Amino acid sequence: MSPILDIHDVTVAYQRKPVLWDVDLIIEQPQLAAIVGPNGAGKSTLIKAVLGLIPMASGSVQVLGEPVARQRKKIGYVPQRESVDWDFPVSVLDVVLMGTYGRLGWFRRPGHAEREWARQCLNKVGLSQFERRQIGQLSGGQQQLVFLARALAQKAEIYFMDEPMAGVDAATEQIIFELLRELRQQGKTIIAVHHDLRTVPLYFDWVALLNMRLVASGPVETTFTPENLRKTYGGRLAILDAAGEAMKAGSEAP
Amino acid sequence: MIEQLLAYNTIVVLLGVSILGAGAGMVGSFAVLRKRALTGDAVAHAALPGVCVAFLILGERNLTFMLLGALASGVLGIVIIAALCRWTRVREDAAIGIVLSVFPGLGFALSRMIQNMTTNGSKAGLESFILGKTAGMTRPDVYLILASALFCLAVVLVLYKEFKVVAFDTGFARSLGWPVYWLDLLLMSLIAVAVVIGLPAVGIIMMAALLILPGAGARFWTDSLGWLLFIAGAFGLLTGLIGTVFSALFSLFPAGPIIVLSGSVIFLISMLLGTRRGAMVRLLEHRCFQRDYGERQLLLATYDVASRTGQARVSAADLLARKSWSPGKVNGLISNAASSGLVERLETDEIRFTPAGLVRAVEVTRGHRLWEELLTEYPELAGSVVNLASESVDKYVEPAIIADLTASLKRQSRWPELPTETAEAAV
Repeated sequence: MSPILDIHDVTVAYQRKPVLWDVDLIIEQPQLAAIVGPNGAGKSTLIKAVLGLIPMASGSVQVLGEPVARQRKKIGYVPQRESVDWDFPVSVLDVVLMGTYGRLGWFRRPGHAEREWARQCLNKVGLSQFERRQIGQLSGGQQQLVFLARALAQKAEIYFMDEPMAGVDAATEQIIFELLRELRQQGKTIIAVHHDLRTVPLYFDWVALLNMRLVASGPVETTFTPENLRKTYGGRLAILDAAGEAMKAGSEAP
Repeated sequence: MIEQLLAYNTIVVLLGVSILGAGAGMVGSFAVLRKRALTGDAVAHAALPGVCVAFLILGERNLTFMLLGALASGVLGIVIIAALCRWTRVREDAAIGIVLSVFPGLGFALSRMIQNMTTNGSKAGLESFILGKTAGMTRPDVYLILASALFCLAVVLVLYKEFKVVAFDTGFARSLGWPVYWLDLLLMSLIAVAVVIGLPAVGIIMMAALLILPGAGARFWTDSLGWLLFIAGAFGLLTGLIGTVFSALFSLFPAGPIIVLSGSVIFLISMLLGTRRGAMVRLLEHRCFQRDYGERQLLLATYDVASRTGQARVSAADLLARKSWSPGKVNGLISNAASSGLVERLETDEIRFTPAGLVRAVEVTRGHRLWEELLTEYPELAGSVVNLASESVDKYVEPAIIADLTASLKRQSRWPELPTETAEAAV
């Protein structure tokens, strides 16, 4: 069987400055995977390059054995929350409905079935009572949940999420984690850019450490080691301490 | 004056400019939402040299041909903006600025050349392309406007879903595999068409206003994209109607400024009175909140002081010491609360709860203390929902947690209870 995600030799550069350099990454089995690395390491860039949102200088990407362009309907995407204008005149349900647009095809309007499905997805993230609200009236965490509901509505096999837990409160982070775990149990793959080293061992079972180049990737237990983190972050002690604690917390967790 | 308005020609113009306004308003709304409002302006300004060149080639005034010239150089203008952004390090605002000034510069030079060179140069009517002129509009012109506006409307309706996603979340649209570049190009082309058919009536300098004002004004009335487009179309139509009537009445003025001023009056009214985000609504909401919040603050403070001193009477001085209010503010709060029948003023500088006021004060104090307790005990829950406008926590957390918080407050003897006789009286 072909791997879920096969990133081969991907280089992305702005002008001549590389942001990603010869990145090879293969995910064979369904995983709940984190992409971790310092600021400016190219984490978001990797996701965007894989999805074809920004051009690659070289390299190729295959999803489930086919080029990305042929697998669009199997791919879900959660952009960074800051990437859109929350003042835009759409309701919460409208945004979730956008998740069905990829399957609908050109010119077709979403009908009753799509609305019903979008409502179910919204219900999954616990925001049913807000479906008619303008999106700007939600809190930051709720906005993130709306984006997740939209991704659920895509019925994808592999989800790319750009910092899904950034800037949300602890309770929302827990809800998001439960959702990701549920998706994973349904056999889906989630690849999320993650910023909080402490929670990597708690939330994820697979990790890719990135700093322009891929430093290491694999199961969290074997890959998320102080040595690999040092290679990724350089000698920044505070971070390493935090990671050390996280490792300890992770090994103590049942 | 009435005959003047009912003249055949005025009705033709009225129809033409109104449809133009509706079409431009709808297409322009998407441009505003896509943060491309200035593109329309660039197209309009870039159109002038095309008009001149078309006249030079043909040697006589032919509106259709001149508009085609306008479309060509307008589109060239956007292509140059896109190319400058893509291939050089010039940023978009600078690129738009360049096109916005260089093209009209070329256009003005050409138009002066035409006027000096040819004998019939003044007949080219080039000045009407700069400030706009509705009087000369003929029936074929109106047909052209009608066809183009209907075309724009049809495309917007058919591609509504696609344009919506591209404008809201470009990255997501790309992740669906949609050709965002071509959709953008199509939207820009629609804007170019709307601009070009509007040029003879409104002129290059003010055409952008007809694109931007209706959509920007409509935003004050609705939070829904569908309604926004509808209202923007209606506003555009109205702008055209009012503008044409006034420019027929004041024929000394060029039409462009009058049409645009009509549009800005509609915008101004929307800004002030719009039901969604108009200034009046916001002011009223703010007033309501201030009044409600102030009343609750007064009840809280009064209850607090009264339960501390054990006296039913509370002096304004005690309240002043308790809160950082000005004497005038306290007085205002007391007057409001007294007129709502919650407190009564005593002959001295003191106040006392009415029975209803005491019930309400206990309710408010309970709500407030529950919030405090929630923030201390469950900061991860409370942080994201805490809101000065919400009096009670029960909309946000489960009953079990509220019971837990209530028990905890009772243990600390911080749970306000009504004196039994008041409770009975209240029932």
